Amino acid sequence: MKKDIIRKTIYSVVLAFVCIIWVLPVLAVVINSFKVNTFVKTNTFDLPTGEMNAGFSNFVKGMTFGNYPFFKSVMYSVVITVLSVGLILLFTSMAAWYIARVDNMICKIVYFLCVFSMVVPFQMVMFTLSKTADKLKLNTPFTIPIVYLGFGAGLAIFMFVGFVKSIPLEIEEAAAIDGCGPIGTYFMVVVPMLKPTLISVGILELMWVWNDYLLPYLVLDINEYRTIPIHIQYLKGSYGTVDLGATMALILLSIIPVIIFYLACQKYIIKGVAAGAVKG
Amino acid sequence: MNKTRSKTPKESIKKHFLLFMGPVLAAFIIGFVWPFIQGIYLSFCKFRLIKDAEFIGFSNYGKAFSDASFRYSFDYTAVFAVVSLVLINVLAFTVAYILTQNIKGSNLFRTVFFMPNLIGGIVLGYIWAMIFDGILSRYSTSILLETKYGFWGLIILMIWQQVGYMMIIYIAGLQAVPDDMIEAASIDGASRSQILFRITIPNVMPSITICSFLGLTNGFKLFDQNLALTGGQPFIIQSDGSAIKTTEMMALNIFNTFYGSNKSATGVAQAKAVLFFILVAGLGLLQLAYTRKREVQQ
Repeated sequence: MKKDIIRKTIYSVVLAFVCIIWVLPVLAVVINSFKVNTFVKTNTFDLPTGEMNAGFSNFVKGMTFGNYPFFKSVMYSVVITVLSVGLILLFTSMAAWYIARVDNMICKIVYFLCVFSMVVPFQMVMFTLSKTADKLKLNTPFTIPIVYLGFGAGLAIFMFVGFVKSIPLEIEEAAAIDGCGPIGTYFMVVVPMLKPTLISVGILELMWVWNDYLLPYLVLDINEYRTIPIHIQYLKGSYGTVDLGATMALILLSIIPVIIFYLACQKYIIKGVAAGAVKG
Repeated sequence: MNKTRSKTPKESIKKHFLLFMGPVLAAFIIGFVWPFIQGIYLSFCKFRLIKDAEFIGFSNYGKAFSDASFRYSFDYTAVFAVVSLVLINVLAFTVAYILTQNIKGSNLFRTVFFMPNLIGGIVLGYIWAMIFDGILSRYSTSILLETKYGFWGLIILMIWQQVGYMMIIYIAGLQAVPDDMIEAASIDGASRSQILFRITIPNVMPSITICSFLGLTNGFKLFDQNLALTGGQPFIIQSDGSAIKTTEMMALNIFNTFYGSNKSATGVAQAKAVLFFILVAGLGLLQLAYTRKREVQQ
């Protein structure tokens, strides 16, 4: 028994040590965001003291850095993510319910195509998709969610159909006998039962859209509209020398909300990610 | 109230096809089906703009196969995918195994290990580029100057990002191993390592399979991190004047062929993309077949 306690203590100590290493990269971002640019490369791992201390100047500079206001890219990222996730949750869950309940030939074909789309890498369709989106004027932050709905439908429908099939039909039949039509049944009976899956799918799609770089880069007019990942990529792309201090300040600003969101909804995030692990 | 209620629910749902299926179908056709079909067709064409595409048969595929930079990126990606797959899975399994031993602080550890998973690929790339250059600049070099730095740098980055994710899948698998099985073995005098290798690992084989395929496909599809960390640098100039980017993976190679300086290579790029799709989808189907087979056995 005593041997067991020693072993577990050693495990804890080792993991605690690894955890510290795990946090170091984030810590490096924090200290370098307060450091004068020229010292970031030479004294990456030193605290920003004395002449290296830049105060908040990196953050101030970062706001207009890259000839594009940072708050605009935050705004576009939020708009695109919220609209896309909202559209995906509403329409794919409706379609999944229809597919699971009607289950005719068309439904089977659509379901097969959805599963198929999950194994198709984005590079396969990126050129033609961006041309199609351009032609249909889906190249603004307010219309690009339709593209996300199309390309993200596969995983969402796959997960929703799996869950709807596990709901007993009797509940919906009872609603129908009580005079509830399909629309009422869906929104008042099915949606409340779908809640856990809605959260899981919502989190997976949220992480995807928020962090996505290539799709908005190819579809949007990037002189006009930049999301946060595009903005950060462009800090490096547009100039020969990069202001690393200001870049780190922007990176810090962009990961703080993600970390807060993670700490607040950790339970759901981990559950959602585990549920989405079936994706190939 | 409603006379049609005697109909089965299925029949009445069916009438609302447009409402329930319409929006997704329209978006799915715009966002996937049509670009996919067009992509297959264009891989057999010579074109600059889609509207003046001209059918030329398999010649794009021939050019893709004879493109040294594409062949290089395939080898590089395959080696990268296998190395990262092995390292990530061994580490993730070890961490998950320790975390399921009832140790102090396991919730905190789990939270910390998973955290990098939420940070996007582009941002991850720049964070690690700064760290590696901070170390390497002491030796007057940079991650952009040597292929091996770029390779191992990306491996470290992927370990940092993915271990927490795989760990979650392994924890779920490990918690499903029946306790009485382990207890029975320890009463029979089995050592800890015997229990691990003879009971625990065989019982989490499904998780190991899932994580292996996930690791492999993630490795093959990697793009953002590759672009942000090295962007393919450093280059080697070949005897015919063309350059090979020595840390460029397949997805980035396809991207660069599409949007690079050679505007007449879009057909070749689309052919590469189709080959890439066949490779990745093949891995996905293999996974499906394999998991199905295991489900039957159990």
